[in-house]
Amino acid sequence: MHCCSHIILLFGQAICTVGDNCYRAVTFLKEGMLVWILFLLCQVGAPALAQDLCQRDAPNGYKVRISLKTALGEDAYEWNQSEMFFFQATMAFAMRRHFQMETYNVDNIILCVQTSRVSFWFVVTSPDNTTMLIPKADVEKAVRMSRHRINNAFLLSDRTLEFLGIYPTLAATVNPDTPPWLIVFGVVIGAVCAGIIALLVSSLLQKRRKEKGMTEDGQDEEDMQVKGVENGINLDGTYNRGFTDDDRFTKL
Amino acid sequence: MRLQLPNPGLEDRILSHEELDKLETEEAGRGDRPKWDNKTQYMLTCVGFCVGLGNVWRFPYLCQSHGGGAFMIPFLILLVLEGVPLLHLEFAIGQRLRKGSLGVWSTIHPYLAGVGIASMFVSLMISLYYNTIMAWVMWYLFNSFQETLPWSQCPLNYNLTGLVSECEQSSPVDYFWYRETLNTTPDIGANGGLQWWMVLCLVSAWAVLYICIIRGIETTGKAVYVTSTLPYVVLSIFLIRGLTLKGSLSGVVFLFTPNLTELTNPTTWLDAGAQVFYSFSIAFGGLISFSSYNSVHNNCEQDAVIISAVNGFTSVYAATVIYTIIGFRATERFDNCLGGNILALLNTFDLPEGNVTESNYDQVLQSLNGTYPEVIQGLNLKTCDLNTFLSEGVEGTGLAFIVFTEAITKMPVSPVWSVLFFIMLFCLGLSSMFGNIEGVLVPLQDLGVFPKSWPKEAIAGITCVLCCLVGLIFVQGSGNYWLSLFDSYGGSIPLLIIAFCEMVGVVYLYGIDRFNDDIEFMIGHKPNLFWQITWRFVSPAIMFVIFVFYFITKVQETPMYKAWNPESDNFPTLEEKEYPTWIFAIIFILAGIPGLSVPLTAIYKCLRNRCCKKDNEFKQDDLNTIAKQVQLTDEATKNKPDIPETADGR
Repeated sequence: MHCCSHIILLFGQAICTVGDNCYRAVTFLKEGMLVWILFLLCQVGAPALAQDLCQRDAPNGYKVRISLKTALGEDAYEWNQSEMFFFQATMAFAMRRHFQMETYNVDNIILCVQTSRVSFWFVVTSPDNTTMLIPKADVEKAVRMSRHRINNAFLLSDRTLEFLGIYPTLAATVNPDTPPWLIVFGVVIGAVCAGIIALLVSSLLQKRRKEKGMTEDGQDEEDMQVKGVENGINLDGTYNRGFTDDDRFTKL
Repeated sequence: MRLQLPNPGLEDRILSHEELDKLETEEAGRGDRPKWDNKTQYMLTCVGFCVGLGNVWRFPYLCQSHGGGAFMIPFLILLVLEGVPLLHLEFAIGQRLRKGSLGVWSTIHPYLAGVGIASMFVSLMISLYYNTIMAWVMWYLFNSFQETLPWSQCPLNYNLTGLVSECEQSSPVDYFWYRETLNTTPDIGANGGLQWWMVLCLVSAWAVLYICIIRGIETTGKAVYVTSTLPYVVLSIFLIRGLTLKGSLSGVVFLFTPNLTELTNPTTWLDAGAQVFYSFSIAFGGLISFSSYNSVHNNCEQDAVIISAVNGFTSVYAATVIYTIIGFRATERFDNCLGGNILALLNTFDLPEGNVTESNYDQVLQSLNGTYPEVIQGLNLKTCDLNTFLSEGVEGTGLAFIVFTEAITKMPVSPVWSVLFFIMLFCLGLSSMFGNIEGVLVPLQDLGVFPKSWPKEAIAGITCVLCCLVGLIFVQGSGNYWLSLFDSYGGSIPLLIIAFCEMVGVVYLYGIDRFNDDIEFMIGHKPNLFWQITWRFVSPAIMFVIFVFYFITKVQETPMYKAWNPESDNFPTLEEKEYPTWIFAIIFILAGIPGLSVPLTAIYKCLRNRCCKKDNEFKQDDLNTIAKQVQLTDEATKNKPDIPETADGR
């Protein structure tokens, strides 16, 4: 539409310089018709011009494929002209964000070949010269930079809003410093070792207690004999140790 | 009528019934021989020993591949005819003779000591590799404590441009199992070195086992309260969760749909017999040991029937649970396959979404094929069939570590299910390991390998350390191949030989009459006709048939193994390779040594007896004196049968 107004203004200026007052009435009518014809041509020609720029398999264009039902299921919104306009606005934003100096507008994004899948092609023209297309690589960089924002604008994801040819960057996996399994292993081994040591120590203590109990019984008897207690009866006098080994001599 | 082989001196070697009763009352105070704290501990230990990993990952596969519900028929028949009699026999003989497996067989006849030694070797070999499986389970368990399970996605390659190619070609679960867990080499010859993370897991598996067996059945009896009951809890949780998932019922239906024509196939019966046999952990010697710690009048007949029933029920229950999850996974795969095809059609022909659904997919495909055949050809659409996905039946480690883990990643809150599943597997395996280790430790003590003064903590510790060191074979790069080698040859044929010798030994050497009397003394009534027929004819015949068929099939087939080789042509399918020739020596050692130790020990004892026969002759001459006569009259009263006063009937 922009180009049409430019052409009409230029032609109008050209007509004004030629004509004089006498021919003004006749030429005015002719002007009107010409303007009208030009207007019609513009309407047809401008899109035709844009059509040349944007077509299926355009060298500088990208195909976009949108899967609304897969992404949103019941909450899927309808894809209509307003959504297309929103897409143009989003792409213009992405281009502005990438090329910070240049002011892209909705008109710079040309869409074509829409299907009911929902898929379409788009090309981006330069804001200074509407016949010049922005090369594919630059468009890719702009899309990659703002991919997250574009996805969120449409409530979609990398998988459901596809730019065929622009692969989503893989999310780098988070690698923790200590692998989590080592931590669990450490806990388990620590608990088991503590248990083993506890059980070994307790059986050692049990054994020592048993041994102590047995030696104490043996010592008690000898002590009682020396003190002069035999069979629990206190004897008068001291016990003569010289006779303790008597048993040895009576054996044959 | 009764065939009884001559067995002189048997009376001198065994305790008579009166002596047993005396021992029962005397031993109550002493801590000489270990005893169960209560009957529950004994039952749980036996159930834990019998119910193992095979119930979870071998039985469902057999069931599904041999005609589903129809497989129950040979399984139940052989359970009754083969499993229950063998179990009763082992329980009764252990309880009567009150010794471990080596002691029991030497008591019955000195030449039969080889059976005990063979049991010990088999238990030892199986302990070695079984604990490696526990190490794998622990590795997966340790890795389950993460928000995103590491086997749910492929890792990125070195320069972060894409996924690792080995993972991309196969699947994240395959990659995690073969590369990040096993780090497997393409060939059994290439040993690949020790994998440090698996060494740590192996050490932790042996450490956990050691703490449970450190004081024998005193600690084992406490541990089984958890390890034998937890699997049932987890199975029930999984059943409830599984039934709420989409497609689970198609899995269960697929599992149990009977195909009666399979019953005419002899392999079905053979596999059922083998499964019953291995599932009951017979001939390991562990069950004999466990029942020897019982009181004399424990009702071993009832125990045998109960444990067999529990084992059979657990197999069926576990199969149901596993197949609900497999049904879910198969349905998920089918949906993905179909979804992929539908998306391809929508994208190529720019049709609006929702035009092609699962219901009209075939129609649409046909009409499109009619109008644009070349385009359809170019798409390379996969054929999606639910039954093919369901019958991707896997068994063994493949089921647990590949198929099931994949299914878990698709369930919500995956880490919880993963932790539960691997704790269940760990408990199942640990309780089986208790029996295996018992079958190793008790014969070692009986043989006198360790000095008697050493405490049992030290003996158990040394055994565990040595087994751990030998088990390092299985944590190398080629460890998985060694493990399946040990599994196929070390754990199959020797057990059949031992079980056959056990039956023949008890029935014909010990004497079925004496055995019947013993059982009458212990539980109060004579074993009925069913036991007589099965012990004397049916079960040994079944053992023999299974052994012959197994032997023939194993000898005829060329031993092959499946290798994971990323360079092979049809990767990711496993590559079938032949074993190298030096493996045959190892196979001979694994299968031959336990099997041959039965006759070899008999021959050795016979030769030793012959050369030392002179000493024996002196014992047989008795001096005929009045004192001897007095003794004779005492013996006469001794021989009269005594009605036991305490008929516990427990």
